[in-house]
Amino acid sequence: MKSFNVAAMAVLAVQAAWAAPASAQDEVKIGVITSLSGPGGYLGQDIRDGIALAVQLGGGKLGGVPVQTIVEDDGAKPGQGKQIVDRLLKNDKVKIFTGIVFSNVAGATVPDVLDAGAFYVSPNAGPSTFAGKECHPNYFVVSWQNDSLHESAGQLANQLGYKSVYLVAANYQAGKDALEGFKRFYKGKVAGESFTRLDQTDFAAEFAQIRAAGPEAVFQFEPGGLGIAFLRQYQQAGLTDKIPMVVAAPSLDAVTLSVVGDAALGVNVTSHWNSDFDNPANKAFVAAWEQAYHRPATYYASQGYDTAMAIGAALKGVGGKLDDANAFRQAMMKADFQSVRGSFKFGPNRHPVQDWYALKVEKGADGKLALVTKSKILSDHGDAYAKECKF
Amino acid sequence: MIILEQILNGVQFGLTLFLMSAGLTLIFGIMGVINLAHGSLYMIGAYAAALTAVRTGSVWLALVGGLAAAALGGIVIEFAVVRRLYARNHLDQVLATFALVLIINQGANMLLGRQPLFVAMPPALSGSVTLLPGLTYPVYRLLVIAVGATVAAGLFAMIHGTRIGMLVRAGATHRQMVRALGVNVALLYTAVFGIGALLAGLAGVIAGPITSVQVGMGEQVLILAFVVVVIGGLGSVRGAFFGAIAAGLVDTLSRAFLPTLFRQIMDGSNADALASGMSAISIYLLMALVLLMRSQDLLAEKS
Repeated sequence: MKSFNVAAMAVLAVQAAWAAPASAQDEVKIGVITSLSGPGGYLGQDIRDGIALAVQLGGGKLGGVPVQTIVEDDGAKPGQGKQIVDRLLKNDKVKIFTGIVFSNVAGATVPDVLDAGAFYVSPNAGPSTFAGKECHPNYFVVSWQNDSLHESAGQLANQLGYKSVYLVAANYQAGKDALEGFKRFYKGKVAGESFTRLDQTDFAAEFAQIRAAGPEAVFQFEPGGLGIAFLRQYQQAGLTDKIPMVVAAPSLDAVTLSVVGDAALGVNVTSHWNSDFDNPANKAFVAAWEQAYHRPATYYASQGYDTAMAIGAALKGVGGKLDDANAFRQAMMKADFQSVRGSFKFGPNRHPVQDWYALKVEKGADGKLALVTKSKILSDHGDAYAKECKF
Repeated sequence: MIILEQILNGVQFGLTLFLMSAGLTLIFGIMGVINLAHGSLYMIGAYAAALTAVRTGSVWLALVGGLAAAALGGIVIEFAVVRRLYARNHLDQVLATFALVLIINQGANMLLGRQPLFVAMPPALSGSVTLLPGLTYPVYRLLVIAVGATVAAGLFAMIHGTRIGMLVRAGATHRQMVRALGVNVALLYTAVFGIGALLAGLAGVIAGPITSVQVGMGEQVLILAFVVVVIGGLGSVRGAFFGAIAAGLVDTLSRAFLPTLFRQIMDGSNADALASGMSAISIYLLMALVLLMRSQDLLAEKS
């Protein structure tokens, strides 16, 4: 584990060394505010390292423009994110921000960025609150709108023919978006709903409810460590073999998989990216990632990388000049880069229009569990809020 | 049957809370120290057990490793930091022990990385057993209940039946007098801190196979443990026991049954949302109620 960190530090050091020779005026500063400490710290770490990898492969440049990334840890606390933005805006004159993992941090932090006339490009959180009426010309999301993750899960539950599903989600904005999204596409019966606390570590009460309700499947949105606890306890409660699970990507990423082991076998997952995607950009990304960090790439890593590439494409479009905000916006909207997930473009509300896939946890030939891509479930899928967005 | 199962869940959750809050309340009651780093000891226990289990593959060695690391961590913390805080006010204590939390978390990040650790469940404990017709329960959770109850009984026996327990009781109420009688208070404090750390470590070891072992896991339970300490009365192990069981039951039962209750009076989705909100604050409501009704008692025990 130690060597991973050394590798990551080496990458950062190399990046710093590359960035150093260019004069301060030429460098475009990118503020990366992300959650590195506390539970879920690995999410922010992978986003940070995904961005660092893109910069490293570009030789300290994104889209041919020298960049300097300023990485700050928000500790998954909205207040801390706000303070960091304030400092980066005033002291460092940062014009482009990215990195936030959690929707509640984004909710508190992003408005400050936009009010100051700076840009925010989201590598992860895409809360519904910023996608519809409150959309903003300087706000871009490269990952997904929160709901669409779960719309794809609802669609998959239809395709798998589950007639009733029990829903469980963590009780915060992204959890509410998750259930909304799932129910928007799911045609069957909702057998029951439970919201769990964000600091909850024990799900026995919910499992007893699930068993009593007797649904054909369970959909859950418990990101990071919550999902690990959920899956393990689900297996211990003897439910894994009885009631199958359909989840969206955040509830089961490559790290969760390595930690929960057999408890995840057979779980149905939907995602916009998987490490086995067969396109040249992805193959290059996965190989470079594993060489640099010696750990499997998560979808968070792919989003960090794509975000950096999207910013790079826009920087290239404006020749590294950020004075004309309108030009930068138009350059961003072109999304002139090869996404590792395949087809990608921005919709009218500057959220992604992309394909969604069904994955399944299976045991590979080497006996290790892996997420295997099965089929495409939604093509060129945008989000439900785009039509409410008027600039 | 479902009611019985949920009561079992509540008791099990309460007993894990008790392991955390017993140490916290002892340390606060006897030494007058607010120790925020208690959650870090929980994390140290969980990490040490997980790492030992991976290296040796033995459940027993993992248990010993986790307990030893937590107790050792506790004694080091007491010796290096907390010892200097006895005479200070609570704000200084909170500041210093909070710094410890940050240092230990960051240290764990640097040494072990941010990825959660995998803790394998011992195969003999991974199944479920049928207790009564229609009531199956995970073996591991039964074991947690057994361990928690044993520790609680052992702690009672120690506090009410042994010399060190007598000193602990005396120290909680008449600290100056104990010192005046020539008891080596420094040693007593280190011992109490070590016991508290041991219990936190045990809670961490037990939690490993159920939850995810990761940096920051301690702070999640620490808040609830403090609530239990407040409910049970500061410095009282018996209070912590009943407080923990009450908190565990209230939390679990409200999560389990409020939705059904609310669905009688409103439609499904709203009922679920409201019930989740209510059950999330149920433990804190309990604390507020206890504070309202027992405010004199609490103050009396503190002074």
